[in-house]
Amino acid sequence: MSAETLARWQFAITTVYHFFFVPLTISLATLVAGLQTAWVRTGSDRYLRLTKFFGKLFLINFALGVVTGIVQEFQFGMNWSEYSRFVGDVFGAPLALEGLLAFFLESTFLGLWIFGWDRLPRRVHLMTIWVAAIGTILSAYFILAANSFMQNPVGFTFNPERGRAELTDFGAVLSNPVVLVTFPHQIFGCFMVGGAFVAAVAGYHLWKSAQNPSPEPTPLHEPGTSLTEPTSSRPEPGTSLPEPVEGRPSAGSRHGGHEGHGAAWRTALKVGVITLVVAGIGVAITGDLQGKVMTQVQPMKMAAAEALYETEAPASFSVITIGTPDGQRELWSIKVPRLLSFLSTGTLDGEVQGIRELQAAYEATYGPGSYAPNIPLTYWTFRWMIALGMAGAAVGAVVLWATRGGRTLRHRLWLPVLVALPLMPLFANSLGWVFTETGRQPWLVFGLLPTAAGVSPGTTVTEVLISMGTFTALYSVLAVIEVRLMLRTLRAGLPEVAPHPSADADDDLDAPLAFAY
Amino acid sequence: MELTTVWFVLIAFFWVGYFVLEGFDFGVGMLLHVIGRNDRERRQVLNTIGPHFDGNEVWLIVAGGATFAAFPEWYATLFSGFYLPLLAILAALIIRLVAIDYRSKRREIAWRRRWDVAIVVGSAVPSLLWGVAFGNLLRGVPIDADGQYVGGLVNLLNPFALLTGLVTLSLFLLHGAVFVALKTDGEVRRRAGRVAGRVGGTAAVLTVVLVLWLNLSQGSTASYVLSAVAAVGLLGALAAGRRGREGWAFVGTATTIGLLFVTAFVVLFPAVMPSSLDPAWSLTTANASSTPYTLTIMTWAAAVATPVVLGYQAWTYWVFRRRLTAGHIPDDALHPEGTRPPAAAR
Repeated sequence: MSAETLARWQFAITTVYHFFFVPLTISLATLVAGLQTAWVRTGSDRYLRLTKFFGKLFLINFALGVVTGIVQEFQFGMNWSEYSRFVGDVFGAPLALEGLLAFFLESTFLGLWIFGWDRLPRRVHLMTIWVAAIGTILSAYFILAANSFMQNPVGFTFNPERGRAELTDFGAVLSNPVVLVTFPHQIFGCFMVGGAFVAAVAGYHLWKSAQNPSPEPTPLHEPGTSLTEPTSSRPEPGTSLPEPVEGRPSAGSRHGGHEGHGAAWRTALKVGVITLVVAGIGVAITGDLQGKVMTQVQPMKMAAAEALYETEAPASFSVITIGTPDGQRELWSIKVPRLLSFLSTGTLDGEVQGIRELQAAYEATYGPGSYAPNIPLTYWTFRWMIALGMAGAAVGAVVLWATRGGRTLRHRLWLPVLVALPLMPLFANSLGWVFTETGRQPWLVFGLLPTAAGVSPGTTVTEVLISMGTFTALYSVLAVIEVRLMLRTLRAGLPEVAPHPSADADDDLDAPLAFAY
Repeated sequence: MELTTVWFVLIAFFWVGYFVLEGFDFGVGMLLHVIGRNDRERRQVLNTIGPHFDGNEVWLIVAGGATFAAFPEWYATLFSGFYLPLLAILAALIIRLVAIDYRSKRREIAWRRRWDVAIVVGSAVPSLLWGVAFGNLLRGVPIDADGQYVGGLVNLLNPFALLTGLVTLSLFLLHGAVFVALKTDGEVRRRAGRVAGRVGGTAAVLTVVLVLWLNLSQGSTASYVLSAVAAVGLLGALAAGRRGREGWAFVGTATTIGLLFVTAFVVLFPAVMPSSLDPAWSLTTANASSTPYTLTIMTWAAAVATPVVLGYQAWTYWVFRRRLTAGHIPDDALHPEGTRPPAAAR
C-alpha cells in the first residue's frame, strides 16, 4: 500500500473515532447547562442530581474528545504537509482561531466548572458551564468553515509562483454557503445524539425500576462511583444525629429519594426526547438545504450520492440500487419519481446532472483522469445516514408518545430500543462525514488540489504504518475503557446530593472538595 | 515591526506560555509517586493541577494552529520532519490526559496503579522529547532546497538535542516540585520542597552546560543576557526554595523556563527552521510565512483575544489559589490504603 492510501486510512480512522465523542460533547454541554439553570432557578434537587449525573458522563466523554482532537491538528502537518503548504494561508486561520477563541474557553471554563462547585458563587458557577458550552459550538463553526473551504473553495486566489492558495476575503471563508448550511445541520445532528443519549439513559432507569417495582431502590448504586456519595461518613448507629447537611440517606429518606429519582428520570426522558425530535426536524430541513447547495457546488458528490449515471430531468430518488461490481452501471433499483429533482433543485422537474456528463466536463477542465468518488460508498453512506437519522427521530417520537401522561416503558423489548436510540443518530453522524469526505474525492480541495498531491513527500510507508498502528491500538484500548466506564457510571444512577453549601461562606473552604481527581 | 516578526513573537509567546504552564503539569505528573506516598497524597498532588492542566494544554494547540496559519511552510516541514518524536509526544499526551481524568473514577488498586503509570510516563516522554525537538531546531536540521526535511530519525538523536531534552526534563521536574510545594500544605508540601532541592542541583548543572554550549556556538549579546538572567532565576529559585519561600521559587523556575525558550527563539530569528545543509535553504520568517492579509486578520484576532484569555486563565489560578491539604481530598472513592484520615486534617 502506498503512503497516500495509508495516510488516508489513518485520517479516516482518527477522524471517525474523534467524531464519536464530538456530538455528545457539543450537545451535552448545553443540555447540562440547561439542567443546571433549571436547578439554579427552581432549587429542586432533581435538577441538581441530573446535572451532576450527566455532567459526569459528559466529562468522561469530553476527555477522549479532547485528546483525539489534538491528533487531528498535528496530523495535517505530519501526513499531509503538501496540503498544509497549499492551504495554510487560508485553512490555518480558522484553525488557529478555533484554538484561540474556542478551545481556551472550553477547557478553562470546564476546569472552573468541575472544581468550582463549592468555590464559586452559584450564578458564577452556572455561567462557567454556559461559557464552556458556547466554546464547543464556536469551535464547531471554525472547523466547519475550514472544512467547507475544502468542499467549496472561496475567498482565495491561486498564487502560481508559490503554488498555493492565498486568502483574499476571510469574510467569504466564514460565510461560505457550505458552512452556512453545514453548521446548523451538524449542530442539530449533535443535539440528536445528546437528546437521544439523555432519553435512553433516563428511559433505561425508568424501565429498570418498572421491571423491579419493589419499594426499595434496586442496588444499582455502587458505592464510590458517584460524585458525592460518601462511604465512610455514613452515620453510624448510636452516634449523635448528624446535621442535615451531613445527613446521608437514612432508611426513610431513601425511599423518598427513590421516588425523587423517578421524577428526575421522567424529566430527563422528556428533555431528551423533545431535544431529539426537534433536532431531528432541524436535521431534515438543513439537510435538504444542504443537498441544494451541494448540487450547485459539488454536483459530482450529489450524483454519486444517488449513483445517477445519466443526467435526468425530472430525476427520481432511488431507495435501493444494485449496480455492477465496479459501480459503473445500474442493474436493478427501486425509485421515488421526482424526489431527487426536489432534493437537489427544489423543483419537481429540475435537471440533475449525471456522473458521465460531469466526468466529461471535468476531463475537459482538469485533464484526463477519474473525477468520480467511490460510488457504492457514497451511495450507501448517504442512504444510511438519512435512514438512521430519521429512524432515530421517529423512535424518539414513539418514546414520547409511549410515555405521555406519566406512562412507563414496561415491555422487555423497550430495552433494545433504548440501547439503539442514541446509536442511530451517532452512526448517522459518522456516516454523514464518511459520505461528505469520500464524496469530495479525488479532490483534497475541490477543483484545486488532488488528494494524492497533498501527502507528505518525505514520510515513508513505515512511518505512516507505525503511527497508524499506534493510534489504532491506543484508540481501541481507550474505546473499551471509555465505554465500560460510561456504562458503569450510567448504571450507577443519580448521585445523592447534599444541599450545596454556598461558596460565599469562607469557613467552608477547609471542607473536602466537591470534586477531585 | 513587520507582521511576520509580530507572528514570530506571538508564536514564541504561545510556546513559552505552553512550557511555563504545562511544564509544571508535566513535573507534577512525573513526581506523582515520589511526592505522593499513598492514594490520598497522590490525589492531593494531582489536584494541584486539576482545574488547570486542560487549559494549559490548549497553549500547545494554539501554538500549533498559529504556526499553521502564520508560517505554513514551517508547520509542514516541522511536523512531517519530526514525525516519530511527535507521534510519541501525541501518544503520551493522550494517555496522560485520559489517565488524569479517569484514575479516580474507580477505586480498585489495579485501576489506579495502571493510570498512575500512564500519568508518569505520559508526563516524562513529552518533557524529554519537546527538549529534543527544540534542540534540533536550534542546531539546524537537514532541509533541502525545496524546504523538505531529509534527515530521518537518527539525525534527531544527537548530543546537543539530547542534552536539551535532559534540561527540559529536569527543569520540568523542578518546576513541578516547586508548584506542588506552593499549592499544598502538610507533609506533601514538605516532601515536595525536599524533592525540589534534590532535583535542583542536577537541573542547574545541565542548564548551565546547555547555555554555555548554545552561546559559545551561536550566541549573541541578547542570548548571553537572556540566558544569564535565566540562570540567575534558577539560582534564585533554589535559594528561595531552601528558605521555604515557595512563591518566589516558583517565579524563579517559571522565569528560567520562560527565558530559556525566549533565548531559543532569539537565537533562531529570523530563521524558523535553519537548514544544516545550506543556510540559503533555511526556512525563515520571510519565506515560510502566510500573506500579509492573513497575518493582518490573525493579528487583530490575537490582539483582542489573547489579553482576554490571559485574564480568565489568571482568574482560574486566583479562584483555586488556596493550598490543598489532605483534608480537602474527599473520602469517597479513596483507595483503601489512603482511607486513614490524617490526624491533622480532622
